[in-house]
Amino acid sequence: MMTELNQASSKNAQPVAQTQVAKVPVNVLIVGVGGQGVIMVSKVLASLCQQQGYEVKQSEVHGMAKRGGSVFSHVRFGEKVYSPTIPVGQADVLVALEWAEGLRWLPYLKPETGIFIADTQKIVPPFACRDRKHGAANGYAKETVADISQMISNCYAADAGTTAAELGNARAANTLLLGMLSTTLDFPESEWRDIISKFVPPKTIDINMQAFDQGREWVERYDPAALAQGQAEAGSVAQQPHQVQFELPVITEAWCKSCDICVKFCPERCLSLNENQVAELTKPELCTLCRICERLCPDFAISLNYKH
Amino acid sequence: MPQLAENKSKTTTIDQASAKAKRNLDARPMMGNEAIARGVWEAGVRVAAAYPGTPSTEIMENLGKYPAEDLHAEWSTNEKVALDVAIGGSFAGVRSFTSMKHVGLNVASDSLMSQTYIGVNGALVLVVCDDPGIHSSQNEQDSRIFGQLAMVPVLEPTDAQEALDYTKLAFDISEQFDTPVIVRSTTRLSHTRSLVKTGPRKEVPCKGFLEQPTKNVMIPGHARVRHGALLERERLLKEYLEDSELNRWEEGSDEVGIVTLSTAYTYVKEMMPDASVLKLGTSYPLPEAKIREFYASVKRVIVVEELEPIIENQLKVLGLEVEGKSLFPREGEFSTEVVQEGFANAGLLPPIPKLELIDIQPMARPPLLCAGCPHTTAYMALRALNSRVSGDIGCYTLAAVEPLKAIDTSVAMGSSIGNAAGIAMAGTETRPIVATIGDSTFLHAGIPPLINAVYNNANITVLLLDNHITAMTGGQHHPGTGKNLRGEVAPKVDYEALIKSIGVKWFRKIDSYNMGSVFQSLREATLYKGVAVVILDRPCVLDPVKLKGPAFQVKSESCTGCQACMNLGCPAISWSDELYEGHHKVQIDEAACIGCSLCAQVGSTNCIQPVETEH
Repeated sequence: MMTELNQASSKNAQPVAQTQVAKVPVNVLIVGVGGQGVIMVSKVLASLCQQQGYEVKQSEVHGMAKRGGSVFSHVRFGEKVYSPTIPVGQADVLVALEWAEGLRWLPYLKPETGIFIADTQKIVPPFACRDRKHGAANGYAKETVADISQMISNCYAADAGTTAAELGNARAANTLLLGMLSTTLDFPESEWRDIISKFVPPKTIDINMQAFDQGREWVERYDPAALAQGQAEAGSVAQQPHQVQFELPVITEAWCKSCDICVKFCPERCLSLNENQVAELTKPELCTLCRICERLCPDFAISLNYKH
Repeated sequence: MPQLAENKSKTTTIDQASAKAKRNLDARPMMGNEAIARGVWEAGVRVAAAYPGTPSTEIMENLGKYPAEDLHAEWSTNEKVALDVAIGGSFAGVRSFTSMKHVGLNVASDSLMSQTYIGVNGALVLVVCDDPGIHSSQNEQDSRIFGQLAMVPVLEPTDAQEALDYTKLAFDISEQFDTPVIVRSTTRLSHTRSLVKTGPRKEVPCKGFLEQPTKNVMIPGHARVRHGALLERERLLKEYLEDSELNRWEEGSDEVGIVTLSTAYTYVKEMMPDASVLKLGTSYPLPEAKIREFYASVKRVIVVEELEPIIENQLKVLGLEVEGKSLFPREGEFSTEVVQEGFANAGLLPPIPKLELIDIQPMARPPLLCAGCPHTTAYMALRALNSRVSGDIGCYTLAAVEPLKAIDTSVAMGSSIGNAAGIAMAGTETRPIVATIGDSTFLHAGIPPLINAVYNNANITVLLLDNHITAMTGGQHHPGTGKNLRGEVAPKVDYEALIKSIGVKWFRKIDSYNMGSVFQSLREATLYKGVAVVILDRPCVLDPVKLKGPAFQVKSESCTGCQACMNLGCPAISWSDELYEGHHKVQIDEAACIGCSLCAQVGSTNCIQPVETEH
């Protein structure tokens, strides 16, 4: 086993977060979106640490976990561990199952030496797609892998989701990240495999082992310069210019039959029925020109005209 | 690239690890709540009851995994009922247990305040989980104060091992001193895994029911006598704590002495490993002589405790000079950083250096109602009806924010109906008044206020959001699901018969996924003078089984970018890369979509269609 490990380590250009583990606990922060498997990944790591004889604490917060919110789990292990949580700027390794979540927790990474392992897959929340104004930009995190690679020296961002899907199971993305993580911690590779095999559904062990290999190989092949270059090219998709502009809705009073449909469905709540029971644009400053009222009006009483 | 470690040093680390392996292999990582449950089982408990509530839920879930021959474990309808069931177990002479979140103790406190006078026959232990930092609650109360109010000892473990040990010990203390005992956990302890060594179950013989009316029946004449017994009990407990292993004195420098407990202890050890520390096992009562001895050994004493200054104030009453909340915050969750700052305030640590942190504005990712969540329709309709909505506690509280943004108030479990009635009685509200309440919350505390609203003829609409499970806490059964804690078939509440028997005259049950019916029914209900009840009926998409139907897709060529579907706040719908007249077209994530069809129902064109399947 020892030989195997040494071979692996001489072959892989691997970051190591754990040279003085006996004295100071190692801090691994695992983050993602509810439902992705953050807790599973951290349980695998915690079990492994315990089997290797370390004291380990793993802390998470439940409750909103299943509701698509931000989820995190602190894993600390060493000879003696007191606090269950990792202070800001003290994480040796940050493992992100989702790109924007990784960015959120970057301040927890140890300056200079901290290692950032991330899946570049994006889970865009509806919150990021809320601005209905013409040509509004998506609110998702703007920073690219190239940007982050320039900010921190140890950025390992792989498209684990796509790779895992190609292997036949998108959920194996977590195991691919574990493969990447395994190169940063001094635990025998075979024991990683044993632990992972115990945690994943039996039918998926083969796929997960392949994903684990891919993660390790990814770190071995990793070339930051090429990656940054490639990302820079693939990055910014040009927004197509929108030529058509509209003016605020105009309501033809005579045609309005007070059905209230436009008032009910206006996403910004800028319409209401006036004292004559006719629809009126009472809060024009909130109108995003989305045209829902125009489309829903059964009597063609509302129109948005082109702006010239 | 980061610095590579020498292979030599790697080998050393592994060798060290294998040496240590022998030390920790008899322990296994357990969540605090799992360890508490283990402690309950090992203590020989026969009756355990609880209502779910984050962060306490997993305690009873884990107890339900132990053999039914060992103990009766149940989901009760609310925390007071659960405590009363546990009290009954204690009367019957067996060890009994209940667990709850902090606000659950408010509900159960009525029974606790009397039971503390009665004491116990079989041991009675309550685990109360506070939520400093308000991760998933409506307030940040420090439930330890209940200990002093009820004159009941409060044990405060630090990690999972202590959670197990203290829980077990609590049963012994309960019997020895004839008192209920509170074990107080926090979110951080309940949801942290650390190594635990377990033991066997202790079989405790049943004492049988003790017929002693002067102790068991709290009428004024009996209660007056018992109050004196409580004061004597407090004295005896203090005496016991003087020599108890619950309190640990870790000697260090005499410059400063730190009195701490619970998870705060771990942050203290992290920041001040060489300080003299008195780690307490209880926040009430306190071992006075031991504390005075500790005071004599150091020049200055600082109390480090999360939330309220419970210990600090007790020390002040003893006439001792103490620093605490002048250095540390009274609100929010503690962490290594918070404790470090407190010690820096005290001049014991250098000021915290400004770290050069990476400057990224994080994207907001608030929690959401799930794709296909049946609650969505209710709030779409209420928003459209411009209603005044009193909400309640559950997943649906998420409808208080954009895009649904249709809840005006949310107070406590079951409050919605009473609140709505009060708004109606004020006679000033011009909008339709609607109370929205989930099935589990309705059974918990919603029935008395509904009776009250009918009795006093409140002009309100009550929307019962029946998703057939206690969803927010992760899918627990309740009397409306037809199953019990252990998953066995159980009697099922018939809401229609119940509501009818209360005297509700206007009542309708609707499929949550039928948007038109929901709009129509709510409009009719709000026009009705008096109490109208609408039941929206659809199972939760996550629990007890994760639902997944054929997905929908967006026919991009007919999408006009109206984004009406995005009003649902469905996490499966987002912008696509295409624009239509400057507006983003939408797309549906087929893996996330469960096929509820709500987006197709609200869309202004027919661009949302079921995914075509091959025949």
